[in-house]
Amino acid sequence: MSTAHRERLVVIGNGMAGARVVEEILLRDADRFTITMFGAEPYGNYNRILLSNVLNGSQKIEETFLNPLAWYTQNHITLHAGVKATLIDRKRRVIIGNTLRRGASPYGLDGCDPQGVTVEEPYDKIIIATGSRPFVPPLEGMGKPGTFLFRTLDDCEQIAAYAKGCRKAVVVGGGLLGLEAARGLLTHGVEVTVIEALPQLMAAQLDPESGDLLKTTIERLGIHVLLAKLSSQILGADRVTGIQFNDGTTLDTDMVVVSAGIRPITEIAKDSGLTVERGIVCDDQLRTSDPDIFAVGECVQHRGVTYGLVDPIWQQAKTIADVMTAVNPRAAYQGSKLATKLKVMGVELASMGDPRAVQPGDEVVVYREPSRGVYKKMVIRDKTLINAILLGETDTAGVLTQMFTLETAVPQRRADLLFGTSTGAPILSVFDLPDQAQICNCNGVAKGKIKDAITIGKCKSVSKVGVHTKAGTGCGSCKPLILQLLEVYAGEVQDDPAEHYYVPGVPLPKPELIAAIKAQGLKSVSAVFRALAGGKEDPGSKPGLASLLKSLWPHDYEDERDARFINDRVHANIQRDATFSVVPRIYGGVTSAAELQRIAEVAVKYNVPLVKLTGGQRIDLLGIKKEDLPSVWQDLGMPSGHAYTKAFRTCKSCVGTDFCRYGLGDSIALAQKIERRFQGLESPHKMKLATTGCPRNCSEAYVKDLGAVAIEGGQWEVYVGGAAGSSVRKGDLLCTVNTHDEVLKYMGRFMQYYRENAKYLERTYGFVERLGIERLRDVLVEDTEGICARLDAEIDAAVAAYKDPWLEAVHPVHASQFADPVIVTPSPENTNSHEARS
Amino acid sequence: MASGQTFSKQTVNLGPVEFIPLGEGRAYRIGNITVAVFRQRDGKLFATQSHCPHRQGPLADGIVGAGTVICPFHAWKFDLATGRCAAENVTLRTYPAYDLDGRIVIEME
Repeated sequence: MSTAHRERLVVIGNGMAGARVVEEILLRDADRFTITMFGAEPYGNYNRILLSNVLNGSQKIEETFLNPLAWYTQNHITLHAGVKATLIDRKRRVIIGNTLRRGASPYGLDGCDPQGVTVEEPYDKIIIATGSRPFVPPLEGMGKPGTFLFRTLDDCEQIAAYAKGCRKAVVVGGGLLGLEAARGLLTHGVEVTVIEALPQLMAAQLDPESGDLLKTTIERLGIHVLLAKLSSQILGADRVTGIQFNDGTTLDTDMVVVSAGIRPITEIAKDSGLTVERGIVCDDQLRTSDPDIFAVGECVQHRGVTYGLVDPIWQQAKTIADVMTAVNPRAAYQGSKLATKLKVMGVELASMGDPRAVQPGDEVVVYREPSRGVYKKMVIRDKTLINAILLGETDTAGVLTQMFTLETAVPQRRADLLFGTSTGAPILSVFDLPDQAQICNCNGVAKGKIKDAITIGKCKSVSKVGVHTKAGTGCGSCKPLILQLLEVYAGEVQDDPAEHYYVPGVPLPKPELIAAIKAQGLKSVSAVFRALAGGKEDPGSKPGLASLLKSLWPHDYEDERDARFINDRVHANIQRDATFSVVPRIYGGVTSAAELQRIAEVAVKYNVPLVKLTGGQRIDLLGIKKEDLPSVWQDLGMPSGHAYTKAFRTCKSCVGTDFCRYGLGDSIALAQKIERRFQGLESPHKMKLATTGCPRNCSEAYVKDLGAVAIEGGQWEVYVGGAAGSSVRKGDLLCTVNTHDEVLKYMGRFMQYYRENAKYLERTYGFVERLGIERLRDVLVEDTEGICARLDAEIDAAVAAYKDPWLEAVHPVHASQFADPVIVTPSPENTNSHEARS
Repeated sequence: MASGQTFSKQTVNLGPVEFIPLGEGRAYRIGNITVAVFRQRDGKLFATQSHCPHRQGPLADGIVGAGTVICPFHAWKFDLATGRCAAENVTLRTYPAYDLDGRIVIEME
């Protein structure tokens, strides 16, 4: 596009905001505008945030430059450096600027040089980026030699030069910038005192307690701090000699640096007829009251708010660039949530929201470690984070900031947000993950696919995400992550009634389903479909219904085999090549030479490819063909180990008092009793147990569905709800008892209660977490609901109904139960050929 | 299809329907092709390729109902009449199958 057709864009202000918005525009459309910039400071633009580093000598002025003068020439930008734009003539559509007097402050009101040059620039569009000026509180004597503001590179140079001749310095203002100025002055060898009018330092970021902690930290650096002191007068005739306060006291000092806040620079806007309140009033596209004039940065007032941090400015700059270059003409800036992460005086600090906005009824979580100067605080309201302070340690700042800005629901374990996970590993935040990160390991579903299901597919519940992507439909341990993603991308999680159904194919939650089954005497899976699902036999619902019916009708359940998963039709675990794994029952993990010999003979006879010891303390024969299963079982002569189904699996043991010198209890005998009693008991999901002879816990009883731990005094602790698989959870203590029989009693009670009340495929760790151990103790130990006698009777009945499924080797339920592919040889007897013409 | 083209249709008798328990499936090898034949609880017969296109799971060992089968390996779900998979973009080879005087007959080409 030739220059003649380009729109003329003039940017008033050459600070960080002005430079950034120009960069964003050039990124989107480098040819659309001819750009001119007015900058009152005589430099190329620089990073004002690094001023403190310049003051303390750790960086040179040159290192702070963002866009050196060469950048302007390369991008064909005309820069009027040292020229202050003073008026926008909206009728003639020109901007008028004047050169500043030598040494005049760029943000003063009267710096223009009457003998200087007047510049007129015609415009099509304007962006005002005049920024802020330091706020000077009413302070008599301000302006005397030895008094300074702290806003520009020139300020830094002057402060550093003057400090050479000083012993003492005072900084008025205990906010972030004032503290940085104080630290900078320290490096120039002066004794520094910070004066703050409020009773607390950094009131914009910290609460009183953390402010106090910071004060202690600062004082350790050798800086004096005076709080709740209002400065009224600067003393001294030709130069500063002291400072006086409201209460009449004084402090000797050789220089005063004022860093007491900032105020938007709005004169040009006001003088040119634009709407100005505290700042230049702008809409969501950062337009002023004149549609051809935009504003960006600290001079802007948007929805009543002015900003003094960089992030809002970057967001505003992007919005303006999108609108002005028509990349996104409907781009809208919604305002920014305030979150900062910085180092103050070498101390890490992260702060989100307004520390003063706490209301009664808010949940406040605080962690204090005064010896290390660590303070962590979260304020939660309506399950979202409204304020957070991390002082001294900020490793979870990233996650907290995300939760804060996206307003997502905080996790139950508040500690996870302050310290990461209990394993000490950095918290895995689903927000920090890229789209390619795998969320569901069972089904290989990445974050991006789930995100699409939510944003494009409009899924609003975990179950719907599962239907769309299969995520969460395997072991289910990724469901909390899916929930977080829903909260982020859908903003809400809808309650899907289908999530409460016991099985998807019958629209009833478990209690109502049980009631209907009992009331109507439905004894088979097909009867349930006929009566409660209009006859539609949803295959995915069959195994769940079969499991439920079997537990409801221990003696007269009509066992339709087609409702069983293949493992339960042939009582073995199907493998990746369609062979099967055979695990015979080895009670309590104790075998014998004779048993081992029988197993070895079977392994030889059937050429078993893999003989493996299992985690459950037994032996697995893998690679067995389906049609060989019955004869393998007969040759083994051992009952099924139920290693393939949703039932009681094993009760592991440690050596215990039989031989172990630490043994406090007979863990082997107890494990064998448990396994003999509960073998094959069907349950909503598998149950893995263990007994351990002392709290050293060699058999891992703390992380089992049910565990028994022998303790001093001959007693046994019974734990429930542990897990050590795709989720890890330590079990909760249900009760402490004296005898093996009592262990069996309470374990049986818990198992029956679990069978009746858990969701299908809900492991005990989920069940116990959901109900809470207090409720379980009440019901199962204190018998507050009066159901224990019934539970005991039911478990007795279930145990009595146990039959070894491997006896089907001798009495198969169907002739073709273990049949392999039937071989049909095409012959004239069994084939017919047709020729057809089309 | 151009007129005048001929195609050959072969029906094969696979034996008694009762060989397959109600609601289940069984695998048959015919020459060098294996098929899975399903017998729904309402008596309707279906036949498809025997192995799942995902990881070769034995479809005959799947769970059947409402005109669909769920593969026992990774729970891929297929419509038995059309062969289409519910969630993935694959289709099973299907064969017409019916009960002829208590015997399973399928059509192959």
